[in-house]
Amino acid sequence: MTTRDKLTLADLKPDQHAEIVKIASDDGVFKRRLTSLGIVPGTTISLDRSAPLGDPRIYNLLGTSLGLRNAEARDIQVSLK
Amino acid sequence: MTSPVVVALVGNPNAGSTTLFNALTGAKEAVANYARVTTEIVSRDITHRGVSLRIVDVPGIYSVSSQSLEEQAGGTYLHETEPDLIVNVLDAGRLDRGLFLTTQLIELGLKRVTVLNMIDEVRRGGVRIDTGMLASALDSPVVETCGLKKAGVPELLDVIVDAVQSPATSSLTRLHYDAHLEDGIGRIVEHLNQLHPHELTPMRSRWLAIKLLEGDERVVRAESDHGPLLTLIQGESAALAHEHDEDPATMLAAGRFAFAHGLLREVRQRVGDPTAGFKLTGILDDVFLNRTLGLPLLLGILWVMFESTFSLGAVPTDWISALVDMVTEYATAALPEGMFKDLLINGVLAGVGGTIVFLPNIVILFFFMAVLSGTGYLARASFLMDRLMHHFGLHGTTLIPMVAGFGCNVPAVMATRIITNQRARLIAMLIAPFMNCSARLPVFILFAGAFFADIAGTVVFAMYMASIAAAMVSAVLLNRIIPGSGGDAFVMELPPYRLPTLHSILHHMWDSAQGFVVKVTGVILVGSVVIWFLQEFPRDIAYSQDFETAIAQVEAQPEGTGDQDALRTLKAAQAQEKLEKSYLGSFAITVAPVFEPLGFTWRDTAAILTGFVAKEVVVATYAVIYAQEEESEGLTELLSQQMTASTAVAFMIFTLLYAPCLSTIAIIGRESGSWGWAGFSVGYSMAFAWILALAASRIGNYLM
Repeated sequence: MTTRDKLTLADLKPDQHAEIVKIASDDGVFKRRLTSLGIVPGTTISLDRSAPLGDPRIYNLLGTSLGLRNAEARDIQVSLK
Repeated sequence: MTSPVVVALVGNPNAGSTTLFNALTGAKEAVANYARVTTEIVSRDITHRGVSLRIVDVPGIYSVSSQSLEEQAGGTYLHETEPDLIVNVLDAGRLDRGLFLTTQLIELGLKRVTVLNMIDEVRRGGVRIDTGMLASALDSPVVETCGLKKAGVPELLDVIVDAVQSPATSSLTRLHYDAHLEDGIGRIVEHLNQLHPHELTPMRSRWLAIKLLEGDERVVRAESDHGPLLTLIQGESAALAHEHDEDPATMLAAGRFAFAHGLLREVRQRVGDPTAGFKLTGILDDVFLNRTLGLPLLLGILWVMFESTFSLGAVPTDWISALVDMVTEYATAALPEGMFKDLLINGVLAGVGGTIVFLPNIVILFFFMAVLSGTGYLARASFLMDRLMHHFGLHGTTLIPMVAGFGCNVPAVMATRIITNQRARLIAMLIAPFMNCSARLPVFILFAGAFFADIAGTVVFAMYMASIAAAMVSAVLLNRIIPGSGGDAFVMELPPYRLPTLHSILHHMWDSAQGFVVKVTGVILVGSVVIWFLQEFPRDIAYSQDFETAIAQVEAQPEGTGDQDALRTLKAAQAQEKLEKSYLGSFAITVAPVFEPLGFTWRDTAAILTGFVAKEVVVATYAVIYAQEEESEGLTELLSQQMTASTAVAFMIFTLLYAPCLSTIAIIGRESGSWGWAGFSVGYSMAFAWILALAASRIGNYLM
């Protein structure tokens, strides 16, 4: 990982809490789907657990549990809290 | 009579709006603990305090401007119709997320009632919500309910009627966004007012401006004639994106969530342990989603479901089977000989009776499905399987219909309803018929016994494996064939575990039973009658010899001296010639060249053709053709004389894969909403079966 690479949701480790910074995706429909579920800049998010093969993973945000594949989680930039 | 007042229940998927709809109207719509159960708009008229209300259960949405396929129905409803009142159903435990939709509903400017549903769960978690403050902040009455226990429902009805009768107020509630956003919105509003002078209320033009900035495709399309407006919006978007390094849609969403966050800080009080209500879900997930135990547990649960569907189903199946036999016997004895009797017994009773015996299996399967979806485990199962299924371009959820397909492809296709993305659901629907259903088992038992007696069990098991492989390969192929690329993203809410109510489980079972009996027997009935006619007609066959006289001669011989073998041979020869010259026979002979490369005779072709009705019919047809008792030693022997082992393998593979049976075709047509896809399913599976059977016969010939 180079220093230029930004931390994403996929890098989050168990019990780490992070704040969403940006959704780095050009797919407007997909982006709006994520935002409607609470994936917007400013939301606090944490890793709940991973599926047996490490993908997808469950995240906790806004009192809900959301399953996301790592491929999608890599588009979501976060900063640790 | 005046037309009823339209009251739309709008909320997030799984927020309990269907349960509330049932409590309000006394209806019995299907409910599951799984996001997005409602896929059609359901409405019901009721009268409360003399006011007639049309309650509409709008399918769950996370956002008004959602474009995702599974939320389309709900989004389109709100876009195209203007209900008199919106009842915003919120899951009280998920307000942080649910209020996002509320902010959009506020901007719609329609009369609203806010419902805090499942309030009991939150109270148990030690959370108090100041409803008075919430009501004034949202500028709408707030009612606390528990739809499941019908608590708060009478109050809600009163509030609905009060709200309907109160004069419309132009809502003062306003969400304020970032200053740059507000400037942009202001400029778009100005432009809109020039375009549509005096047509728009301030509320409406602000709503339009926001939707245009968000890029809501429905609204943008409606304004597509106005080039300058679209140019203005593009300019505003670009300026905002440049300034904030973020597109306006995301900025607006962030503004909405910030509003919700701020509001909840004021109205929500945690008096106890805030996580108390969700502890159970955490503990259960530690077990069911355990990295080591999770998958074995899932397989175990599916095995139990699969096994019970057949073992528990066997007993009532025998009862129904006995009942059908009784009716058949009675009809045989009571009816005068003739065409009608023949049609009723060999057509209707054989066809419908042969299918209705699957009813217990279907009801039991749906019991398990109701329990799995009602508890919230189904969402976990697809989460667990997603990685493996993803290799084949499938969504984790596809697992459930595939497993159901081992029982019967009809409930398998129905089970694809749990797949949220339309395209992914269609692919699941098209691969489900490849799953080795119980109707195909008799064919494999017959053929494996005839050709591979020593390893018959292994051969049957291999057919199951082949069916899974065929489904997976097809998934990869169909993902390339079918346009679009939906269904790739796995973005799924995992609901908390809940105990399903007996009522909702019984409802699922009843619904599936009713659907099966009403819709499928219609098709089976018609199909059976058609096949019967094709087998029995034309009546005036010019036989190569006078069978009637010959049979009469043998029978006329005195008791004991009659040659039974000769009689049987004569009758068999007559039956064969009758079949050969029937419409079915002559059609099979015409079509036979298509199957010649696979090594099939016209008789095999006839069996394949009748198998369209139901795959069990393949065995029955062979029995008729060889005029033997079903599955008897004789048939096994005759088959092994007529066919080579490699042709038998090709035939088994063909039977496994070719065209779904009539009921499955009908259900694909119904569930996909298009007979084109049902036709595609037939064509695709025929081609797939033909190619693989050819390969099998070629490889077989080379090896054996």
